[in-house]
Amino acid sequence: MALLQIAEPGQSTAPHEHRLAAGIDLGTTNSLVASVFSGEARTLADDAGAHILPSVVRYTPEGVVVGEQARAAAVQDPHNTIASAKRLIGRAIGDIKTLGDQLPYRFTEQDSAVPRIRTVAGDVSPIEVSAEILKVLASRAQQTLGGELTGVVITVPAYFDDAQRQATKDAAKLAGLNVFRLLNEPTAAAVAYGLDHGAEGVHAIYDLGGGTFDISILRLNKGVFEVMATGGDSALGGDDFDRAIAEWIMQQAGIGDSADAGVLRSLSEQARSAKEALSEQTSVPLQVALPDGASWQGELTRDRFNELVDPLIRKTISACRRALRDAGISADEVEDVVMVGGSTRALRVREKVGEFFDTEPLVSIDPDRVVAIGAAIQADVLAGNKPDEQMLLLDVNPLSLGLETMGGLVEKIIPRNTTIPVARAQEFTTFKDGQTAMAVHVVQGERELVADCRSLARFELRGIPPMVAGAARIRVTFSVDADGLLHVEAEEQSQGVKASVEVKPSYGLTDDEIAGMLKASIEHAGEDMAARKLGEQQVEVARVVEALTAALASDGDELLNAEERSTVDAALQRLQQAAQTSQDADQLKAEIEALEKACDFYVERRMNSGIHKAMAGHKVEEFE
Amino acid sequence: MFDFSKNYFDLFGLPVAFLIDTASLAERYRELQRVVHPDRYASASEQEQRLALQQATMVNEAFETLRDPLKRAVYLLQLNGVDTNQETATTRDGAFLMQQMELREALAELRDLDDPYPGLDRLMAQIGGLIKEQVAQLAVQFESGSPEQLEAARESVSKMQFLNKLHSEAEALEAELEEMI
Repeated sequence: MALLQIAEPGQSTAPHEHRLAAGIDLGTTNSLVASVFSGEARTLADDAGAHILPSVVRYTPEGVVVGEQARAAAVQDPHNTIASAKRLIGRAIGDIKTLGDQLPYRFTEQDSAVPRIRTVAGDVSPIEVSAEILKVLASRAQQTLGGELTGVVITVPAYFDDAQRQATKDAAKLAGLNVFRLLNEPTAAAVAYGLDHGAEGVHAIYDLGGGTFDISILRLNKGVFEVMATGGDSALGGDDFDRAIAEWIMQQAGIGDSADAGVLRSLSEQARSAKEALSEQTSVPLQVALPDGASWQGELTRDRFNELVDPLIRKTISACRRALRDAGISADEVEDVVMVGGSTRALRVREKVGEFFDTEPLVSIDPDRVVAIGAAIQADVLAGNKPDEQMLLLDVNPLSLGLETMGGLVEKIIPRNTTIPVARAQEFTTFKDGQTAMAVHVVQGERELVADCRSLARFELRGIPPMVAGAARIRVTFSVDADGLLHVEAEEQSQGVKASVEVKPSYGLTDDEIAGMLKASIEHAGEDMAARKLGEQQVEVARVVEALTAALASDGDELLNAEERSTVDAALQRLQQAAQTSQDADQLKAEIEALEKACDFYVERRMNSGIHKAMAGHKVEEFE
Repeated sequence: MFDFSKNYFDLFGLPVAFLIDTASLAERYRELQRVVHPDRYASASEQEQRLALQQATMVNEAFETLRDPLKRAVYLLQLNGVDTNQETATTRDGAFLMQQMELREALAELRDLDDPYPGLDRLMAQIGGLIKEQVAQLAVQFESGSPEQLEAARESVSKMQFLNKLHSEAEALEAELEEMI
């Protein structure tokens, strides 16, 4: 309980230690971790000095290998080496098959909605693969910074849907991380870029990564980053450039679709290096070993490459146009375009984007690191290390959220590009006499037919009192929190009967599955869970005591009368005593809750006083 | 001080009126979000986080409502006790309905043209102009505030809903054309 970090400028709250926090860019191809230390956000290197961690995980009978070593083994051991797990996370088997059938993995059919890949170390889900990457990055941060992380900010493509966000958060939970916030990648880039340049006005962030594309239009105003619109494609990226090249090579070399996984892997490696080379050279020689032992030689020119990728780039420009329209502005109102993501190194991309926005794209910050750096800056703020910080990010939901109505049509409840957090309600009614249940189907997407949208969840509202058709009033409320995650509730109102349900996305893990995996990983690590829980609660107690003491020192006399003050003091003392005597995590947790309850009124008063101060300084007549 | 029952104008410290200073609205919005946004409470107790989430949600809703002329008008009518059931919005203005039909036909015909863009741009500009006219009318109607004028404002709101719908259909056509490129 930090009891609000509202302090007047220049007046610091109680001096507290710097809380360790990190920003993680969990990418399709590469991942990075960054942190703010000595006042500067920097990406962190591993023991060998490498900042970039390839997002590749290899499962062997001896254990899990993550990063460069795993990537190097991809060709020889394709089935057990998982690359681009981000393209699979939060998706159902059916979705994945439409991504292209060239994935060299063996998926297992199971009861769970989450697809699993068969490896020598057992079946793994994309969520677990991502958790492995997160673990490596977090431990790198803890080693470099010399302590436990209080929390992390993990970036996701702005265009990620609810299921993909939920799955990413689940991966963090599996890795044992406290997630302050899921942050949209282009917004993170804007933070890194905006703070660096002190920029104001409207900016576009064009973010083309390995597997995802995002475009965001933002307005910067005195430290407030307001996302006006965002768009993109969560299954379009540099990998598709590679695939286009690989397919062209297959065609040229006469390799059939039935080539084995190793050949496909090596082709896509070749394609990738050819693509990278073409940013420097105008043509590259190619040599491919054919299955029959012979070899094929050829050449890829920049012109041919441009031809191959132009249709893909055109798709991104189309999304840019849509985002501008949603933001209600034209291309010439955009002051500049920031290029993010490794795939913006391709010259053709820069050329086409520059043409569209009629401005030279900005490439001054390393496109690989800018997202992690922005995430680190936000993590530092969210950890409470900068109580006076003016920076604030106002993001939007990328895709419309709605419900299935009669005839398989979608009724949109929250349109895309609505600023979050947001809550909207809509009333529905029964269509049959005596109807006592109603099916609620939650979907995400822009199309009018349910069949064309992403199905997020289904649930049933039961216990509606029997009435004539049309008499029941069922209020369905959608709320999207600051992480962009959706919660849906339905409630029958006319007779005061309440029945509400919280929705978990269909393609996420169930709570039981997460609990099972967590238990397994903890047992595996041989950690003592009780001790860990107690430690966590002790830290929490210290944090609460520190926050409350600081709050009381700053405005306790002003906001509380003597009686109220002694109530708060007594509650505080009680918690401090409990912390000294108790070795029971659950008891400590209960004591913390008791204190929070006792201080309820004070918290609210402080928040209101903060609002009052925010509104102060305006002339009286303005309020009339 | 943060009172969930407050009306949206009071929340932003703005006078209850249709004509609104959009620059101060945006400025107040940012000031309020700086205080109530959940990011300010990322390390706070669950209880504070919940409260912040509710408040930030209301501030967003209020801003969205006041920023948009149509939503603002509907909200003002509600504050004045005038029912605006958006489902059954109608107008008896025959000339207006006739114009709507013509615009709709024009939109439908664009689809068959070889180069629909100049016509589409013209049509969207025309609809935009008509929306602006209704906004100007609303300003006058709310300024007066008499029961007759509020009834007229209700009618203007209905017309704007027609026009907005048409405008989004034109946008949908534009998007559809782009998809085909």
